[in-house]
Amino acid sequence: MEKIISFPHLGDYYIPISIFLERTTKLKVIPSPPITKKTIELGAKYSPDSVCVPFKYNLGNFIETLENGANILFTAGGGCRYRYYAEVTEVILRDLNYNFEFYKLFSGDYLNFREVYRLFKKINPKLSLYTFIHNAIYTILFIWQMDKIDKIIRKNIGFEKKKKQHITLKKEMLKKFKSTNSILKLILYYWKYKHLFKKIPIDKPKDCLKVGIIGELYTAMEPFSSYFLEKELANMNIEIKRYTNLSYLLWQKIWLKKHMLRTTKKYCKYTLGADGLDNVYRTIKLINKKYDGIIHTKPFGCTPEVGAIPIIQKICQENNMPILFFSYDVENSNEGMKTRLEAFHDLLKVRREHK
Amino acid sequence: MNHKIVGIPRALLYYYDKDLWIEFIKKLGHTPKISSFSNKKHLEEGQKLANDESCLSLKLFLGHINELKDECDMILVPRLFSIKKKEQVCTNFNCLYDLVNNLFDINIINYNIDLTEKESKLMAFLKLGEILGASYIKSYKAYKYAEKISLMKRKKLEQEQAEKLSTSKIKILLAGHPYNLYDELIGKPVCKFLSENEITILYSDRIDHTKIDEECKKLSTDIHWTHSKEVMASINYYQDKVDGIILLSSFPCGPDSLSNELISHKIKECPLITLIFEDLNSEVGVITRLESFIDILKTKKEKIYGKNN
Repeated sequence: MEKIISFPHLGDYYIPISIFLERTTKLKVIPSPPITKKTIELGAKYSPDSVCVPFKYNLGNFIETLENGANILFTAGGGCRYRYYAEVTEVILRDLNYNFEFYKLFSGDYLNFREVYRLFKKINPKLSLYTFIHNAIYTILFIWQMDKIDKIIRKNIGFEKKKKQHITLKKEMLKKFKSTNSILKLILYYWKYKHLFKKIPIDKPKDCLKVGIIGELYTAMEPFSSYFLEKELANMNIEIKRYTNLSYLLWQKIWLKKHMLRTTKKYCKYTLGADGLDNVYRTIKLINKKYDGIIHTKPFGCTPEVGAIPIIQKICQENNMPILFFSYDVENSNEGMKTRLEAFHDLLKVRREHK
Repeated sequence: MNHKIVGIPRALLYYYDKDLWIEFIKKLGHTPKISSFSNKKHLEEGQKLANDESCLSLKLFLGHINELKDECDMILVPRLFSIKKKEQVCTNFNCLYDLVNNLFDINIINYNIDLTEKESKLMAFLKLGEILGASYIKSYKAYKYAEKISLMKRKKLEQEQAEKLSTSKIKILLAGHPYNLYDELIGKPVCKFLSENEITILYSDRIDHTKIDEECKKLSTDIHWTHSKEVMASINYYQDKVDGIILLSSFPCGPDSLSNELISHKIKECPLITLIFEDLNSEVGVITRLESFIDILKTKKEKIYGKNN
């Protein structure tokens, strides 16, 4: 039987991840089908009720990809509940009578390079350390550069003169990134496209409204839950700043911890678990940078965020900063979100005029 | 040394370390003041203070602090991150100190156990003693003394539990976090109902603690919450020794949402019921479900042994 690898979705990151898996294991890789309403329904049907939404999305992804013929599944670990997703997912899928191999990329809180290498060596015994390191660096660069370009896009996408220019250029860029195997070329492509992105004609007033998006990592990164939010904000001509991306989680977070504790000293003495402290830190930073508003997103019942919210609310009250909370669940009505966003937009506009 | 009244909220971690705290504070010459048993007022106050999506147990905890805030010189609010190597606790315990500190304007004494930052339990208690005005030597002695007493009490409970296994009555394992099992609003009505129906209750936290790691591995290899491991271990250990299992948890509990699912997938022989408690629970609904569960257990037992009696 042919071995086919698959993994759950996380925004556009499926491209570098699938390239990495393909080049190291030399097996066929098919990312799970894009997330739709049906995926979420499937996931919600077989998951426990009160689990957080990312679990339901992932499970839906897995079921659909298993139906498509995949038989080796990959999942990542992480902090908080993410770390325990793997075992429960596996038990649920086995009870549904699927046949597959299941691998967890890392078992601790952070990525352990040696552990990952051993895992891939098990799948592909011919894998040399050189190819592994080469591809690892390639993938990390890919992700890092993609995140940097995304930052530029988010800043300007609300003000482009011709619609959809950013998105088409990004698609083209990812295709070029994918086509090469050399690290040097990847870097060259990055500089070329960075230049191109800056040349896209935009019509941006100097004092446009600026909003920061903070919150739980999955809802921030997965477009199906956050795409609507970012698109809607762009339509309102608002500049968006979003902190969480994969490069932040993989290697930037560890270095920032001490600095974050220092900045948030007035409110927090310890870390709050998962991304709790990070969001308190971001709130303070956004206030210092004089942003107009903050939007906080999280899945329903996310424990670290629930613990951090009272602290964030207190900070915002003291500093007179408008903040909007969104809690995602399986049933999401876009209309309801839209109404709340519009009201928020009006509030920001009025505040601007009174300044 | 001036004498202080130290408030201890009767919620969350109180049920794990109560003897340790009380004996330690008493030995240092201060008075521990424990809040009253949970009641509706605690819940109401907690609901006002906490975020809507916080779990019931956390809301009760805040209610308890609200009761203590005017009556004590300082209140003990512990903060845990990792109390065993490579394991963690629920993130609610991570943010407990900062949450209370931001919501209330009170004098908190706290201790912090975080093995990833090399803060052990002993270190935490030495620092606690320092805040209370005792020397390190005195705090060390007090800690050792308190540890001895709390271990003795725990051993006694474990022994009692082991003796219960030999009865011929219907035995039910009540599994869940101790702060739910022994809480006046959550676990107590269940216990009361079960003992009225002449059922022997075994508690998940009274399992022989030397067996926890070994028993837990048989059910789940990956679980990293120290407190959930205890529940898992007890379920695996008692599953063929009892007639039924009741899983108690509060809504929306992070660790339980996953671990309960795993348990219900893996335990197939032993009858199992999951009771989830939230703010608006009516006791009657719970009792009805329990009645039918007990009826099932009784008929099952009669089918096996009935003809001989």
